[in-house]
Amino acid sequence: MHARKPARDDNEISPPASVPEVPEGTRAVLDGNEINRALTRIAHEVLERTKGGQDVTLLGIPSRGVPLAERLARRIERVEDLDVPAGSLDITMYRDDLRLAPARALGRTEIPAGGLDDRVVVLVDDVLFSGRTVRAALDALGDLGRPRAVQLAVLVDRGHRELPIRADYVGKNLPTSLRESVTVQLEESDGLDAVLLGPSPAATLKEGTRPGSLQRSKDTEGDL
Amino acid sequence: MRHLLSAGDLDRDEATLILDTAGELAQVGDRSVKKLPTLRGRTVVNLFYEDSTRTRTSFELAAKRLSADVINFSAKGSSVSKGESLKDTALTLQAMGADGVVIRHGASGAPHRLANWVDGSVLNAGDGTHEHPTQALLDAFTMRERLGRLEGLRVAVVGDILHSRVARSNVLLLTTLGAHVTLVAPPTLLPVSVHTWPCEVSYDLDEVLPESDVVMMLRVQAERMHDSFFPSVREYSRNYGLDGERLSRMPEEAIVMHPGPMVRGMEISAEVADSPRCTVTEQVANGVSLRMAVLYLLLGGS
Repeated sequence: MHARKPARDDNEISPPASVPEVPEGTRAVLDGNEINRALTRIAHEVLERTKGGQDVTLLGIPSRGVPLAERLARRIERVEDLDVPAGSLDITMYRDDLRLAPARALGRTEIPAGGLDDRVVVLVDDVLFSGRTVRAALDALGDLGRPRAVQLAVLVDRGHRELPIRADYVGKNLPTSLRESVTVQLEESDGLDAVLLGPSPAATLKEGTRPGSLQRSKDTEGDL
Repeated sequence: MRHLLSAGDLDRDEATLILDTAGELAQVGDRSVKKLPTLRGRTVVNLFYEDSTRTRTSFELAAKRLSADVINFSAKGSSVSKGESLKDTALTLQAMGADGVVIRHGASGAPHRLANWVDGSVLNAGDGTHEHPTQALLDAFTMRERLGRLEGLRVAVVGDILHSRVARSNVLLLTTLGAHVTLVAPPTLLPVSVHTWPCEVSYDLDEVLPESDVVMMLRVQAERMHDSFFPSVREYSRNYGLDGERLSRMPEEAIVMHPGPMVRGMEISAEVADSPRCTVTEQVANGVSLRMAVLYLLLGGS
């Protein structure tokens, strides 16, 4: 069942055709079609910026970054008829906040055959927030090989960086308050495509204004 | 999970988490930089009161691959030979700020005592004839890698069950993970309480082998034997040793495991020990990944 939500005037995007049912106080800021269009645009930008994408390797950061990287690879293949290697890079062991929470389960790391040396590695993640995930990913990359260049693609940039890191490709810039949470849902893991903006869980509010602090709920963990 | 004292303390989810984590960490051994920064600044003490090559070096390598500082402490050449008690040694290590203590001790239950005296995590690396949980975990990991599953697997554990900490830990862990274990040994080499263990018992190896997916051969631990438990080595070997002929009567996919050290010609023939169906060296390699997983899960978080 799809509930229609009133479009907000101050929202720059047009009201989605059908908005999936979302939790109370949460609204969808991107729907499936918009996510698709953003990914198609990013695929073109990657090809442009890397002059044809010959040396590109896509690495998704688990969990939501991995299906996004695979989708980007398929789109690049469709546009340029070029087989771009895509894999995943788990950053858990490189996090700077491991000691603030119980040990976490690890995600998958799959480096495509051929390795990373002299490749242009495009890291892919769902939400860019504090930048600490990307910092950890850069450390992890250093132990896996020596790429010629590393670039970053994200579906949503929600601001509030805590480190000097920026994305090369952004699906949507989404200015947010620290009292809000951004959740990306993908067909592969959640059954449907959507980017949801809602109030941050109570725990985050108590934490005050430290998005990097890790006593946050599981939903927002990936936003780091 | 704060300590790892017994394989029986792990529930199915915890055990599976350890195996899955080990599966991911196994990749680290193939990388150009075989090191992760995860335990930087943490101290792991290897406290070994009994001789060990495999387990100690495995724990040491695992801790080093996670960037922990490792102190090796063996009873020989330490204050223990001057008469210091386990408790005083433990308090000394405590005062030095050890985050994790890996202990092997000849007395069953020593790690449990130690866990009450120190603040850090205690990892049982073998206590007397009691338990050796990381060995059971790496055995389960090796079975899952080779055969793809643990649920419903039929595992025969053959040999000196009485003195084996590996057997007890394996029975507890494999049962938790859904495998069926059959212990095979002469009656003299089975513990009195074996009927309370969650497994079956047989005295006849030839009867059990054709129905086993895994056969785990155990060494006869002569150093712990103060009586004679069987008439002669030759008779033991003939009844309970695994040779090529016996191996050929096992299912085609079945594997042969051994926790080491092997005594060729006693419980296992050279032909079987060198066959590709024997996983001894795989078990050693998997031991490092598995111990990395345990160290990470115990010491990596808050």
